[in-house]
Amino acid sequence: MRRFLLTRLAQAGIVALVVGALSFALMHALPGDPAMRIAAGRYGPDARIVDAAEKVRLELGLDRPWAVQLTDWIGSLARFDLGHSLVTGAPVLEELKVQLGASVWLAGAALLLSLLIGPTIGVFSGLRPGSLTDRLGLVGAVILRAMPPFVLGLILMLVLAIWLGWLPPAGFGSWRELLLPALTLALGLAAVSSQVTRNAIAAVAKAPYFAFARHKGLPEAVVVRRHGLRNAAIPVVSFLGLQAIYLVEGVVVVESIFAYPGIGHALVHAIIERDVPMVQGTALVMGLMFVVLAATVDLASAWLDPRLRSTQ
Amino acid sequence: MSTDIASVPLLRRPLNGARLFGSALLVVLAGFAILGPWLVQADPATQDFGASLAPIGGDYLLGADHYGRSLLARLAYGARLSFGMAFLTTLAAAIPGALLGLAAAWYGGWIERGLELLATVVLALPGLMLVLLLLAFAPGNFGPLFLGLALTLWVEFYRVTRATTAAILRQPHIEAAKLLGFGSGYILRCYIMPVIAPTIATLAAFAMATAIIAVSTLSAISVGLQPPTPELGSMIVELLPYYAEAPVHVLLPAVLIFLLVLGLQLVAQRSDR
Repeated sequence: MRRFLLTRLAQAGIVALVVGALSFALMHALPGDPAMRIAAGRYGPDARIVDAAEKVRLELGLDRPWAVQLTDWIGSLARFDLGHSLVTGAPVLEELKVQLGASVWLAGAALLLSLLIGPTIGVFSGLRPGSLTDRLGLVGAVILRAMPPFVLGLILMLVLAIWLGWLPPAGFGSWRELLLPALTLALGLAAVSSQVTRNAIAAVAKAPYFAFARHKGLPEAVVVRRHGLRNAAIPVVSFLGLQAIYLVEGVVVVESIFAYPGIGHALVHAIIERDVPMVQGTALVMGLMFVVLAATVDLASAWLDPRLRSTQ
Repeated sequence: MSTDIASVPLLRRPLNGARLFGSALLVVLAGFAILGPWLVQADPATQDFGASLAPIGGDYLLGADHYGRSLLARLAYGARLSFGMAFLTTLAAAIPGALLGLAAAWYGGWIERGLELLATVVLALPGLMLVLLLLAFAPGNFGPLFLGLALTLWVEFYRVTRATTAAILRQPHIEAAKLLGFGSGYILRCYIMPVIAPTIATLAAFAMATAIIAVSTLSAISVGLQPPTPELGSMIVELLPYYAEAPVHVLLPAVLIFLLVLGLQLVAQRSDR
């Protein structure tokens, strides 16, 4: 357990350093004087911009050697200080708090929906390999896998929001706005998790302990619940660990398509506006979200499968 | 940007129906991408407002978009762009990835430790985020997009090559070959390449599919390639406001991406069902 935590902490540290170094390089490689850009962002481009830039340069110490500045940045990161947005002037941390909350809701809803859709289809397919359900499930999974998430999102938006008018196409507020982007992400995840479940259930159904449970006269539902689901859940949960990447990346894409105000949306906007402190802050938060997600999934697999606990 | 590690080598598997269909699909699409821009006389950037949203089958074979640009020409150039970009990215990821994997397994020691550290660092970041960070240097440019994708995709090739090669090198027949005085070039050519080449081919097909999806997605959320370029993802978003008047026009680029990715995934699929 201690080793596990240390590995994850190291991973989080690596994420912070890589993102920091890249954004730092970004700040210095972009054309133009960083002090000028910050001054323009803060006070708007006016006649006294050169004086303002000098003040910013002195205030932020932008004339020091870059190694000193990088160390300084890491120091302020350790104090949870991410600087100010070049566009709004607000502290990056304040903006991120709101956006991260929205994204966590979205990711959570997507995970929940995908667990309702994928494994359910998988269990029905796996218990009867070769049946119509099984074949339809496979075709559906192949189609969803070959479709970029943004196309899926646009199709859902057109059908559910515009033609049928069931859900709002974009925005933020209640669960109704959350449902479309969450469903887009969930279907992408379910495409694979249904197949992983199907294969796991099919394997479990062939196992001797499963046959024994049937022979001793347990009703089918009890056999599946007690002997099937938990064993089949192990590969599904470890698959979700791999898909933590899909979820974090999907958040960026889906939020942009549905204009949902989360960190993914913020990252894309910060890149278009070249708001480097925001890029740095959002990328950092998304990287850490990825580490936390992966760690949670690892803990969940250890809880499901006691055999894993001894090796960790 | 995750790719599945296909444990069954590509060239060893029987050519079943799905793979045959996938290969045929890819041949047709590659033909369209390579020959299309050459056969289609229309220029993908020439605007003709008189023909705005022209229907399919008239003066324009596949209709025209809202600026009256020939959709057939734009689709052909878009397919060439997607295919070409994905192919180059995959090459730029597969060659260094596989070579580094070979080097790590062959030399071991500090080379292996250093490369492992590098791979861990890249794996700690979601791939799309690395691409987005690099894209912040110059949104809408080929360079950072290409570099970012290659930088995330090489790890898969590196890890699989290292693991496979290390397993082969531990086997007794390699020891025997070394004792008989065969050089490392011979061992590489006769014992290692035949085993890892099919695996790399499988990974490459998945990596190409990933690259095609990534480029179109990033262009659709307007940080990838910018609109005048006939890119399939940005074409969908550009045509989306006109979905009511010309639904098929919006669908065409989407279907083209779908078929490209489907073909690649079918060719690389696992046959363990």
